[in-house]
Order: sequence, then structure tokens, then C-alpha cells
Amino acid sequence: MSFLSIENVSKHFGSLIAVDGVSMNVERGELRAVIGPNGAGKTTFFNLITGMLSLTKGRVTLDGQDLAGIDPSKRVSLGMARTFQITEIFPDLTVRENIRIPVEIQAGLRMSPRMPKAMEAPIRQRIEQLLEEGGLTKIAGRLAGELSHGDQRATEIMMSLALKPRLLLLDEPTAGMGDDETYAVARLIRRIHQEEKMTIVLIEHDMRVVFNLADRITVLAEGRPLAEGTPQEITQNATVQAAYLGGEA
Amino acid sequence: MENFDLKKQTPNLIVMALLVTLPLWINYVSYTQLGTQVVVMGLAAMALNFLLGYTGVLSFGHAAYFGLGAYGAAMTIRYIEPSTGLGVIVGTLAGMLAAMLIGPMIVRLRGVYFAMVTIAFGQVFYFIAFRWNTVTGGDDGLTGWKRMPLDFGFAKLDIQRDPTTFYYFVLVIFVIAVAIMGLLLRSPFGRTLIAIRENERRTRFMGINVNLHIWMSWVISCTFMALAGSMSALLNNFVDPRAFFWRQSGVFVIMCVMGGMRSFWGPMMGAAIYVWLQDYLSSATPNWQSFVGLVFVVVVLFFPRGVMGIIRRKATE
Ligand SMILES: Nc1ncnc2c1ncn2[C@@H]1O[C@H](COP(=O)(O)OP(=O)(O)OP(=O)(O)O)[C@@H](O)[C@H]1O
Ligand SMILES: [Mg+2]
Repeated sequence: MSFLSIENVSKHFGSLIAVDGVSMNVERGELRAVIGPNGAGKTTFFNLITGMLSLTKGRVTLDGQDLAGIDPSKRVSLGMARTFQITEIFPDLTVRENIRIPVEIQAGLRMSPRMPKAMEAPIRQRIEQLLEEGGLTKIAGRLAGELSHGDQRATEIMMSLALKPRLLLLDEPTAGMGDDETYAVARLIRRIHQEEKMTIVLIEHDMRVVFNLADRITVLAEGRPLAEGTPQEITQNATVQAAYLGGEA
Repeated sequence: MENFDLKKQTPNLIVMALLVTLPLWINYVSYTQLGTQVVVMGLAAMALNFLLGYTGVLSFGHAAYFGLGAYGAAMTIRYIEPSTGLGVIVGTLAGMLAAMLIGPMIVRLRGVYFAMVTIAFGQVFYFIAFRWNTVTGGDDGLTGWKRMPLDFGFAKLDIQRDPTTFYYFVLVIFVIAVAIMGLLLRSPFGRTLIAIRENERRTRFMGINVNLHIWMSWVISCTFMALAGSMSALLNNFVDPRAFFWRQSGVFVIMCVMGGMRSFWGPMMGAAIYVWLQDYLSSATPNWQSFVGLVFVVVVLFFPRGVMGIIRRKATE
């Protein structure tokens, strides 16, 4: 069985069917892109995987474990981390504190009324390492709420990575970024995929990023799966061309 | 321990210096009992702010726990054993226990709904204290008892008759309570609470059981609230049902907002201003509450971060 296995999931909002019978299997270490026009149901699909929304139909398993009825916060403990289409950070805290919190949580200190002395140094090291990798060292002392959009998104990605997930879900990580920022984020994603062998599912509108990074691509349209395949197969797929890529390619 | 950082410790040192020397200068501006009142209300406001300012959850029913602490102490001394220490312990534990039991029923709620249900629970205690005259003294309050001198075996402290000794007794309790809250807020646990305040969704998606953490913050906050309540009973040698009343909860919220919820000492500052204004204005006009209300509105409109927010900005300029 695949690492992340999604079988025939649906989500109805009243009479609106946002996700309609989608299946997707992601192997360990794979980088999967999910693309589709606006309103295709991509974010809703993520919300079903992470448990933020309950399934109307279908089944999601991670590493063989059925996730039905498991709270989003518990799914994180099972190794699932995500970022949001609209950045979710701690605006009134500094970037360093934004990173510190998930690092401490990952170290099992979420309820600890004092910092164990032996952990002080390794935790500080890990924070600085994450800041460095995210290109955030220079702005580590600034309030996250005052940063540029690109820096906020980079902060959110590093906050998710601080949790050391086995599966990372990124909802449009480069949305609203300039070319330089997009390039930096794409490079970061490639590095964690290649060096840390992390399994990543990525919603993305920037086709340069998608075709450069993805091992496989799933295309959604109007809640339904339109196609799935390697970047090459997807570019050559006539239905996808007509329905989605046509305008941009 | 982390290295002593003078710059970070400055506010703590200033507050401590003022409080420790208070009996020496208070008589020029006021009187010792009012200083004690400031410390008691400051503890209450800081206890509320643990939940309000550092977890981002608004309770409008904290007077319930203040009242439980007060009645717990008074009734213990009146009916069970004339011991100040035992009274304080029983009062504080009563508040803690009530918070632990009520907590699970309310921690799922957010915002205005949380605030309203906390008011409702608070009013339940108010009516019990009001109606159950034979035990609580009803509307007249519980009299016929006094705080007792402390007897440590090797030494006696007459907190009963000497207001200055009593002041220092309250101050010691205050310092211990505030130190515990301060250390908790600087710990990984405290940072998880601050994370909830900052962004509940993000925190949940970091694997935190948000409701459980809010419950813990709630219990800690209510426990220190009850401790403050027991101090208040000792200060007045008297309790009445108004300690439970929702208006009293509102006063604690006003203290936090006026002083500055994002600052550790802000609520203490708010309590000092409130208690002093009340004392000063209530002898001048029966409409003193309107004036306090006016000051509150001005602070909220023009200084959203409270009085401490202004001081901090001046200090960094
Ligand atoms: N909580 C909700 N309640 C009702 N309708 C919703 C809800 N969330 C999403 N929808 C609807 O479901 C459909 C799919 O939305 P979704 O956000 O998943 O699309 P998307 O593919 O992520 O789009 P975009 O590219 O714009 O981010 C849309 O029509 C949207 O209006
Ligand atoms: Mg979306």
C-alpha cells in the first residue's frame, strides 16, 4: 500500500460538491503536485487529508493507518504537517519565536513548565539551522506580522519543517511571490525532497515550479480527477491541455 | 538558570522596589490598607491576564473564583478552624477544584460564547452565596470572624492588628504567585499558550490539543484568582456575595485592558490605577463609576495597549 492512500473521497457543502470521488496514491519520498483551475477543490482536498474537514465519502490512510475520526492535531503527531493558502503564522511574535514554538513542540516540550537544561543548546541550534535554511537569519528578530508576504510564507514553511514531518502538504507556497522569492522557495522544496527524502504534496499554480519539481502530477477540475501522470504525460495529455493548460502553455 | 539580564529585569526590579518600600511612602499619598488592596487586586488582575493576555481567552466570570477563594477562606476560619493558613489553602483549592470541573464544559467555546457561559457559571455562585443565608450570611455577608495571627511555632506574626505586617504577608504571597506565573509564561508550556493566542489554527496544526491547553491555562488562572480572593477576604475581615457578581469580573477585565494585557505588569498597573481612582473619587462623588468608565474609554480608544503600552513606547524612544 502507498504511504499516503486516498480512496474515492468526496466533500459536499450542501448541494455543492467541492470534491467528487478523488483517489490518489503517493509513495514514500514522492513529490506530488496537485493542479487545477480556481475553485477546482484543491484546498478542500487538502482539508480532507489533514482532517480540517470531515469526509462525506471515502477513506484516507497514512502509512497503512486509517485516519477516519482522527483529529487534525493528532494527525500532526502521526507525521503530517501543512501550510495554508492564506499564511498562518504568529504575527505578534518574532520570526525566531515563530520557529522556536514548533521546535519545542517537536522536542516533546509542549507541556513542559521549564526548559530542561540539557535541551537548551540543541534546541537553539535547531532554531538557527532552520532560520538559516529558510533564509530567515537576517530577519529573525523582526515581528512576523511585519514581514513581506514572501518572508511570511517562508516562515510558515520553516515552521512546518520544524515539526520534522513525514508528509508535508504545501498549499500554493509561491502564491503572490516575485520571481526571486519563488525561485528560493522552489529550491528549498527541492532540497528537502532530495536530501531529506520527505514526502511532499504541493498545490501550485506556477507551472514552472510544478514541472520542475514534481515526480507526478494530479489534475483536478470541478472537484473531479481529470488526469494523473508524470510531468511529461501531463503536458501531452489532450484533455488537460484543453481544460486547463491550454491558456497558459 | 539563564544569565541575569539587567535590561530585561528592569521592570521587575522597579515594581519590586516600589512594593517592598510601599509602607515607607504610602502615607504621603494614601494609607497602607489601600496599598494592600492594590497588591490583592493586582494579583487578581494578573491571574486573569494569564488566560486573557497570554492565552487569548476572555473570561467574564472570574469573580466566581475570586469569590470562592474569599468564601473558602472566610468559612474555614469562621466554622472549621481559626487558622489563616488553612483558610487560604481551602479557599484556593476550592477555586481550583471548581475551575477543573467547570473547565471541560466551556473550553470548546470561543470568544463571546466563552465569555457568556463564564458569566452564567459565575452568577450561579452568586445566587448560592446570596440565598444560602444560614451559612454564607446571605446579602449581609459573612461576619463574625477575623484573620488570625500567623504562628510558625518558632515565631509569631501579628498580621491581625498590624497593617504593615499584614501588607508584607500579602506581598510575600503575591511575589510567589507572580513568580510562578512568570516562570510558566517563559517556559515551553507558556509559549504554547501564547501560540494559541496568536493563531489557534496554526497551533492546532502543530499538533497541539488546543482545548486541553486552554483548560490548563484556565485552571492556573482561576487558582491564582482564588488565592487573590482569599487575600481579599483576609484584608477586609469580611466577604459578601458581590465578590461573585459579574460586575466584579468586569472590573478585573477593565484592570487588564487599562494597564495593558500584552505586558506582564500591565494588569498590576491597571489594578493600581483602578483601586486608587475608586478610593479617591468615591469620597468625592457618588458617580465615581462614571469617571472610572470615562478613564477606561479614553485608554481603550487612544492607547489600545494600555498604560504599560505608553510607558514602553516612551522607554524605547
Ligand atoms: N467551507 C466551505 N463551505 C462552502 N463551500 C466551500 C467551502 N470551502 C470551499 N468551498 C467551495 O468549494 C469549491 C472548491 O474550493 P477550494 O478552495 O477547494 O478550491 P481551490 O481549488 O483550492 O481553489 P483556488 O485555486 O482558488 O485556491 C469552491 O466552489 C468553494 O467556493
Ligand atoms: Mg485553494
